[in-house]
Amino acid sequence: MSQGMSAGATGRAVQREPAGARLWATSVWVLVGFFILNLLALIATVVVNSLGTRWFNTWLPEGFTTRWYFSAWDEFQLSDVLIVTFQVVAAVVALAGILGVPAAYALARRDFPGKRFLVLLFLLPLLVPPITFGIPLATVLYKVRLAGSMSGVIVANLVPTVPFVILVMIPFIEQIDPRIEAAARVFGAGTGRLFVHVLVPLLAPGILAALLLVLVRTIAMFELTFFTAGPDSQTLVVALYYAVYAAGVRAGQSIDAMAVIYMVTTLVWLLIALRFVNPAQIVGRAPREAR
Amino acid sequence: MSTASLAARARSERPGLRIVLARHGIDGVTLLAVPSALFVLALFVYPFLYGLVLSLEPKAGGWLANYVKFFSDHFLYETIWNTLQLAIPSTLVNVLLSIPVALRVRRMKHQRLLTAILVLPITLGTVLVAEGLLNYLGPHGWLNRVLVDGGLIADPVRLIHNYWGVLIALFISIFPFTFLLTLSYVTGIDPSLEQAASTLGANARARFRHILLPLLAQGLAINFCLTFVQAFSVFPSAVLLGDPAGVTRVISIAAYTAAFEQYDYSMASAIAMIMGFSQLIIVAAVLASRGLVYRGPAGGAKG
Repeated sequence: MSQGMSAGATGRAVQREPAGARLWATSVWVLVGFFILNLLALIATVVVNSLGTRWFNTWLPEGFTTRWYFSAWDEFQLSDVLIVTFQVVAAVVALAGILGVPAAYALARRDFPGKRFLVLLFLLPLLVPPITFGIPLATVLYKVRLAGSMSGVIVANLVPTVPFVILVMIPFIEQIDPRIEAAARVFGAGTGRLFVHVLVPLLAPGILAALLLVLVRTIAMFELTFFTAGPDSQTLVVALYYAVYAAGVRAGQSIDAMAVIYMVTTLVWLLIALRFVNPAQIVGRAPREAR
Repeated sequence: MSTASLAARARSERPGLRIVLARHGIDGVTLLAVPSALFVLALFVYPFLYGLVLSLEPKAGGWLANYVKFFSDHFLYETIWNTLQLAIPSTLVNVLLSIPVALRVRRMKHQRLLTAILVLPITLGTVLVAEGLLNYLGPHGWLNRVLVDGGLIADPVRLIHNYWGVLIALFISIFPFTFLLTLSYVTGIDPSLEQAASTLGANARARFRHILLPLLAQGLAINFCLTFVQAFSVFPSAVLLGDPAGVTRVISIAAYTAAFEQYDYSMASAIAMIMGFSQLIIVAAVLASRGLVYRGPAGGAKG
């Protein structure tokens, strides 16, 4: 471990540590390694099982096959489920952007009475876990006959994502020089044209990052979709839950094949997202705003 | 224009409403926040109030009948205990382990790769973690295979469909969240503070006790609350990986059963309110007690 040397001034000050400190450092790294090893092994189990013919009481399956993917595709009507998933995700991403970005702009540029209260209002849906607000929300959505359909799923998923877009976008907007907007206004641009011709191009990286995170979160959002989805508005993650829940009726391998399809859909977008955002943003933004 | 003449003008011709509002920062731009605010009010605040009222209108009995039923039926009130038994140990372990790891990782060069790996369980979600662990921790899974073949244990250890499976699932899916939060607080501390202490002869233990811990206390308290609230609302892994009729019958399962199996939305709302309220009590207790550790400028070292 050469982190003591590599970290410059801090490292040099901390250099002269006794053997006890090195032991401590090593055990911390062993812990991290153990965690990652188990994490990767659990993902690998799912992948290997989905490709195996028969796997019982051995290290690896007896043989490998891709037939579980075909049977999972038919058995769980995955083409329908995937279409629903993408429709829901696309709608949530678009609406969260349309609602969230202007609100973030207002909060970043104006100081008005009650602003702190408004920020708190947008923080709450991110801090309260979906299970807690999902049940009252689903009750209301069933009352107005939205739940059980795709629009209900979309509306429910917007509840945490709109505030998320707002809180991610505020710092992006604050770092844009207000004089650029002032110049556009001098030349006669209204708020609408200001948005289309000045702000959206300048904010494109920020909007892209925020919306990619919304996309990943919506694919993985289980609770809200689970509470509001009807039989033909299930997304992939809910279909996967039902498959695991009713396991025993179906071959474990075909459930795992479905899990792999789910993993791939999420991971592709995660990899794209990671090119544009700091991974810590996926969890870290809202609570840091809270301080 | 000077302030005096502005005031004079204001007196002579009463300023329009638009100008008065604009002076307080309310104009066309501010109104852009209105749709989102209305959305959150309608779909977050209103459902909560609606749920609260609904919980007080039970199917039978007086206005508190749902709450009386919850706290007198041991099958229901024990869910709080079951949830706490999972949430408190996993939160403590997560927060305590995240501190040494974050303190090490902040000096690392390839932080981004590590954080990317750690973000995996968050994006994969709890359902997939539960499904993976069912295979991995099962009696014929790789973990038991390593332990048995390695001669560490004689018989496979039972880790699924009981308390431990859910605890492990909670740990795997929430640790990354806790860790990344702790990391963001730790990296916010100015390294020169530690250097100064080191120059004055403080060893690692003393530096941690007198410099890092006081500066981190605020962040750790918030982190504890967020981690706890997540762990307290455990649902898919408690059903899939635990023993949902026994020790891992957590409060969210009770709420789900009431709403979607018994169609008693009034009772379900009552349970959801109790769930929210229990979270609130713990969060309030933690936030109140952090003042005991350190009183001073919280983000003092934030550059």
